[in-house]
Amino acid sequence: MSTNAHNFPAPITIPVDSRIPPDGVRAKTTLGVALRPSRGISSDVPKVSLDEVCLSYRDQSGHRLLALDHINLQVKPGEFLCIVGPSGCGKSTLLHLIAGLHQQTSGQILVDGKLIKGPGTDRILIFQELGLFPWLTVGQNVEFGMKMKGLGKAEREEKTRHYLRLVHLAQFKDSYTHQLSGGMRQRVALARALATEPDVLLMDEPFAALDAQTRDLLHDELERIWSETGRTIIFVTHNVREAIRLGDRVALLTFRPGRVKREFPVDLPRPRVLEDVHVAHAAREILDELREEINRSLEVEYNLGVKPRVPTGVGE
Amino acid sequence: MKRAARLIVFYAGLLGLWTLLAELKIWPPYLFPTPWGVGEALYAGFQDHTFLIAIAVSMRRVVIGYAISIVLGMVLGLGVASSKFLEETMGGLLVSLQSLPSICWWPLALLWFGLSQNAILFVVIMGSLLSVTLAMEDGRKQMPKIYGMAGRNLGATGFQLFWHVLLPASLPFIVSGLKQGWAFAWRSLITAEMLYLSLGLGQVLMMGRDLNDMSAVIAVMILIIAIGYVVDGVVFKTMERRLQNKWGLSPAS
Repeated sequence: MSTNAHNFPAPITIPVDSRIPPDGVRAKTTLGVALRPSRGISSDVPKVSLDEVCLSYRDQSGHRLLALDHINLQVKPGEFLCIVGPSGCGKSTLLHLIAGLHQQTSGQILVDGKLIKGPGTDRILIFQELGLFPWLTVGQNVEFGMKMKGLGKAEREEKTRHYLRLVHLAQFKDSYTHQLSGGMRQRVALARALATEPDVLLMDEPFAALDAQTRDLLHDELERIWSETGRTIIFVTHNVREAIRLGDRVALLTFRPGRVKREFPVDLPRPRVLEDVHVAHAAREILDELREEINRSLEVEYNLGVKPRVPTGVGE
Repeated sequence: MKRAARLIVFYAGLLGLWTLLAELKIWPPYLFPTPWGVGEALYAGFQDHTFLIAIAVSMRRVVIGYAISIVLGMVLGLGVASSKFLEETMGGLLVSLQSLPSICWWPLALLWFGLSQNAILFVVIMGSLLSVTLAMEDGRKQMPKIYGMAGRNLGATGFQLFWHVLLPASLPFIVSGLKQGWAFAWRSLITAEMLYLSLGLGQVLMMGRDLNDMSAVIAVMILIIAIGYVVDGVVFKTMERRLQNKWGLSPAS
């Protein structure tokens, strides 16, 4: 009996069913909605989806601290999402979780509707401190991810050249990273991340340490590369103007524990300029909300010497 | 140029002092050999190929022994660095074992391996293994964590991660330990060779003793020093310089 039951829906029935879809799908098609054949690549599945993500850890004195508190975020394919928040709100940690470098305490992180299991080259994180390999040349750094994937030498070389050209560093292929300026190193990190051809690019305050001119330049380049490659970008920053300059949407996190306080869609036409009045205006709105959180963070940081425990927002 | 001049003056002075003491004939020449006596012994040793053979035999042993302790030391060091349990247990044991001169293993080595090459190799390995292990452990701990994370982030796993990221990232921190390991390996080798008819430099030195030929003894001592110096000055200095250039640690690159 049981073997029959298993065999029954196999090859014989398929030709019949292929013309008439299963009940669920047929019901939808009758509504006149043009459905795509596979839901996996349909655009209504978010590229990245954070579902009630919590992270807690024990501090040195053994108290349980809640770093991230029920984070819910959906990022559409090709979207540029900026996350802002005061320092210590856990926004970098959030990126590490999405990158699979750390494990959340509870909740789910899905990419293309699938649960992530550890690091994957479909999402590449650009660290705040970059993490370029000093023992490798610029070209070898860019090549690294492809080499780990097992790509052939010719293909690696071609792509390395391509991505170095994309960030305007082609002539520095054989330099070591310490021979480059901060802005150039930043672009190497970008090329290295892009070269593994990730769907999602996670950027952790990448331009925080740069001077204003270099940063403006890299904003332009990042925007250009984003529109050329169609990647999904999650960009963490504490600079609200930068977030509005770049993002399709800005999510504001609260201070300890990190919660999504509000999301702001940014409808300004691109390319935007950091000094633009509209950018400043939009930034004002977010800043007003952010200020509250910054004040709380300052309070905590100044009181920390007196009170051993974080006074606000600590779980348990 | 100035540095070379200083070196020449220093060594000429040293040689002069030696000649003077020998010329004063306070001690008979079989107790205190003359510089030219040592020079002759060196010449004779190379002339009849004793020294060349001894150097070849000793170098072969030390290279094999050192290579084995590097491989073992890396595995051990990484283990100790990455496990809290191993660090607490093995870590302490390794540090205390370091105070044991490796030649103390000689009697056991003889029992286990017989009067053979392998007994010498064992002593050489025991001499350098601990330094390499401790260096590796230290390097792994000092290495900035970001490199491991960046490597995993870019898709490196398991052995790939170790070979392409963790090992090169910790190299600047372990190179001095590797150097120390080499020095221990070399010393242990010579000591072990002195205890056993083995063709190596240590045995040639003991042969000088047996013949009461102090010139030959000093000639071999000079050879031992020279080889140690050349390996340190050529192999390790080159390695250090290349690392510094790559990492941008050298003052003028």
